[in-house]
Amino acid sequence: MTWLQRIKDGILTKTIEKKETPDGLWAKCPSCKKAVQTKIVVESNYVCSCGYHYRIGSDLYFDLLFDNGQFEEHFSHLKARDVLSFTDLKAYHARLDATRKKTGLDDAMKVASGKTDGRPIVVACMDFKFIGGSMGSVVGEKIAKAVDLCLERKCALLIISRSGGARMMEAAFSLMQMAKTAAKLGQLDRAGLPYISLMTDPTTGGVSASYAMLGDFNLAEPNALIGFAGPRVIRETIKRDLPEGFQRSEFLIEKGFLDKIIDRRELKESLALFLEFMYPNASKATT
Amino acid sequence: MVFLDFEKPVADLYEQIEKLQVLAERKGVDVSDQVKSLEEQIESSRTKIYSELTRWQRVQLSRHPERPYTLYYLDQICEDFTELHGDRRYGDDKAIVAGFGKIDGESMMFIGHQKGTDAKSRQYRNFGMPNPEGYRKALRMMKIAEKFNKPVVCFIDTPGAYPGLDAEERGQAEAIARNLIEMSQLRVPIICIIIGEGASGGALGIGLGDRVLMLQNTWYSVISPESCSSILWRSWDFKETAAEQLKLTAEDMKGFGIVDQIVKEPSWGAHTEPLKMAQTIKRNIKKHLKELQTLSPEELVEKRIEKYSSIGAYA
Ligand SMILES: [Zn+2]
Repeated sequence: MTWLQRIKDGILTKTIEKKETPDGLWAKCPSCKKAVQTKIVVESNYVCSCGYHYRIGSDLYFDLLFDNGQFEEHFSHLKARDVLSFTDLKAYHARLDATRKKTGLDDAMKVASGKTDGRPIVVACMDFKFIGGSMGSVVGEKIAKAVDLCLERKCALLIISRSGGARMMEAAFSLMQMAKTAAKLGQLDRAGLPYISLMTDPTTGGVSASYAMLGDFNLAEPNALIGFAGPRVIRETIKRDLPEGFQRSEFLIEKGFLDKIIDRRELKESLALFLEFMYPNASKATT
Repeated sequence: MVFLDFEKPVADLYEQIEKLQVLAERKGVDVSDQVKSLEEQIESSRTKIYSELTRWQRVQLSRHPERPYTLYYLDQICEDFTELHGDRRYGDDKAIVAGFGKIDGESMMFIGHQKGTDAKSRQYRNFGMPNPEGYRKALRMMKIAEKFNKPVVCFIDTPGAYPGLDAEERGQAEAIARNLIEMSQLRVPIICIIIGEGASGGALGIGLGDRVLMLQNTWYSVISPESCSSILWRSWDFKETAAEQLKLTAEDMKGFGIVDQIVKEPSWGAHTEPLKMAQTIKRNIKKHLKELQTLSPEELVEKRIEKYSSIGAYA
């Protein structure tokens, strides 16, 4: 995969398209506003020198986490269905079609298996650009199947969350995915298998109130928005501004809801340590 | 009697009866025939209205100010209800009540959202919107029920988990998530009954069970019609449309296989004959419990996980 293609997969696409110049590619950091050579951003796992973490998607995380970028994708046959014939300003089925076309994704989550630092792992990763990373039936079923795969292979599960919450267009079905994923994670837990949750910006609503908060270890990227209610709703409820840094990773770790905040540039190294601790024997699996 | 906007024809007829009766008293005339005719009109008007309730009207009924809440039902169906307090971590949430009691001699643990009945008590109950300690109190009671092998009955009626600053600080998301995983693995029967509003994670936080029942005029969805309207239609004016699109009634939910049974309400809603409603609820708890008690704890948990694992619509 060339870095040009990789950019297309990431959230950078828009910025890059706008910034594309004949003599090279530049990315403007949404946080520090500095223009940086895209190549450099890519090389630092999409983290700006100011520390800003770009909102990358599943393909980039898979590339980053699996040894030699080798992995097998699973359950990609699952497709969302407009079971309610839901129509707001746009029909849900049309929204799905348009989003699939625009993003090249089938839904807001991909599941893949491979090895991280020699240890087998199943990674389920959300894609924010697919309807705000919203959780519907497909996300729920992919997590359920990912758990089954872990049970079958007796290996660890990592879920990387980046989501505004449940998908409204699937109404009660999406709500029930909270129960479904929790029930499946309960099975994984009883089997004594490791589950790591990595929360990225943002992780809110029905996703934070189900699988994202249920890790043996709850991890987060720096400065990620993590909470149940969104900041706007809270502001409207309490009728005043929210304190600086409220609902950010650094706030949550102070309140006791995260084990560790991990810079993406050190994510793989750090994850390897967690896996080493969680796997029954320290030696790397040979299968 | 409080009438909802769509009951205006009925309210008008009642007003006419009142006027007639005042007149009768003042002038000493017999109005019984006219009253009787008006009462017949009320009956037929109501029958018509209630036979074609829209989804939004069901939502309105679920929030009727005279609708019975958890403690009313417990008072009616339970012998020796003993309320229990606190999550042992932070405090005692007033929007979720819990305690043990007996139904026809059989002990169980009851948990439910609780709304207030007047301005002051509504405030006290935080309008039925729990903070994390409410969910943690509920979980504590469920674990006690499990320890002493007693079934759990949950009454659901909330406009949502409280979206406040403190609630976030104390981990609203974690509290709900924890309940979901623990309820999915609990080794005693869980029966959940939606008695009013079933709003999103705030409802589901005490709503995962072996049986989920919905009273006829209640709703259950991922978001309230109002919030859905404001987000997807970018205006508060589409709540009726949003309710239609969300397909959030008991009938919808039963059709989707998401709830197990619709519990019939008295003709004009639970609030018009609350005692009758309570008796129906009691009968249904007993019926479902009897079925569930034939299962071993292992079977119970396995079936529950299977049930939730199978919910989803995808191609
Ligand atoms: Zn920067």
